[in-house]
Amino acid sequence: MPTKVTFTLNGEAAGATVEPRTLLVEMLRENLRLTGTHVGCDTSQCGACVVHVDGVSVKSCTMLAVQTEGADVRTIEGVAIKGELHPMQRAFHEHHALQCGFCTPGMIMSALDLVKQNPDPTDSEIRAWLEGNFCRCTGYQNIVRAIEAGAEAMRTGDLARV
Amino acid sequence: MYNFNYHRPTTLAEAKQLLAENDEAKFIAGGMTLLPTMKMRLASPSDLIDLSQIEVLSGIRDTGNAIEIGAMTRHAEVAASDLVRAGIPVLAELAGQIGDAQVRHRGTLGGSIANSDPAADYPAAILSLDAVITTDQREIAADDFFLGMFETALAVDEVIISVTFPKCARAAYAKFPNPASRYAVVGVMLADTAVGLRVAVTGAGPCAYRETDIESALQASCTVDAISEIAVDSAELNSDMHASADYRAHLVVVMARRAVLQLASVEPRVSA
Repeated sequence: MPTKVTFTLNGEAAGATVEPRTLLVEMLRENLRLTGTHVGCDTSQCGACVVHVDGVSVKSCTMLAVQTEGADVRTIEGVAIKGELHPMQRAFHEHHALQCGFCTPGMIMSALDLVKQNPDPTDSEIRAWLEGNFCRCTGYQNIVRAIEAGAEAMRTGDLARV
Repeated sequence: MYNFNYHRPTTLAEAKQLLAENDEAKFIAGGMTLLPTMKMRLASPSDLIDLSQIEVLSGIRDTGNAIEIGAMTRHAEVAASDLVRAGIPVLAELAGQIGDAQVRHRGTLGGSIANSDPAADYPAAILSLDAVITTDQREIAADDFFLGMFETALAVDEVIISVTFPKCARAAYAKFPNPASRYAVVGVMLADTAVGLRVAVTGAGPCAYRETDIESALQASCTVDAISEIAVDSAELNSDMHASADYRAHLVVVMARRAVLQLASVEPRVSA
């Protein structure tokens, strides 16, 4: 039976009418037309679908939309600040941390969660954290550099809001 | 996945009533196994009863001689908990090695052990630390809990409330992770407990179990040499595309040796 679910999405009140079996990523992409969150493997391994729910990163292909009732959901569309790229997004751009770009939204959402918990992560801490994010272009080297640079920009700049 | 009805009770009584009213209902904890299983249509419950809003099921308490962890406590909370890190450091380390960061934000202790997945990490800690599982009906000793692949001593309508892990002098966990999914191809945990040295193996067999040959050898002498000659019988072990039963049998001893080395470097905790 379709159910109305209401939550906060990228800082604003939002809602959708979904079946209980609707996945969070399906609601984001199909009901709310936010297609920045990708579906890669659909088996909670690849991390293309990572979003934040109540402040922590989760795989939106392995959470039901109805489970976000009352929650605070943030997607890649809510990361830019007043139309300007977030420092982490800029770091991915400047360090050429993407080739095809399919994994990038999930990588950035994962990276922002890491930096929130660990503002100055080492190379190995970044690599360990990215165990749940696959880049099939195998561009990890630049992704790790970008996250280091993004973390530094967030530590030293005024834009550390995520 | 097939459609179902979704319920989000806020009390245990309400959750139990929903289960009683619906023959094909299932509880959902973190959903890290159940949702993928439902996507593959290997499970098709009529109703999902979400336990996440029931407050009594979450939280971590230090009871002096033990750490008590609510069934719905997420792996990331256990990994980051100051109480766990101080009382049973190996348990925080183990929780921090489960799956990946996003799985650890959703997956729960109760969900993991109620599922009795042969490759789950927590069952090794339950058995080696001689934990007690508290349900809404009784207390279950670690040695009585895991019965087989995806099979536990839990009754159909029984809910895990919490797990109590006694603090031990020292313990170590060595895991050979699947490179892609990070589950334990084989994991071995050693714990120097109040009832002696206990050795638990996960990943290798149909469910986690105590490896008694290695246990007695290490009780006599807690050294790598004491177990180097032990050959684990592979007859009852799992075999799949990632590892044959013989390879898993070999890994049990290798992981046990690594755990012995780790254990030697752990400073014993002075009991209160």
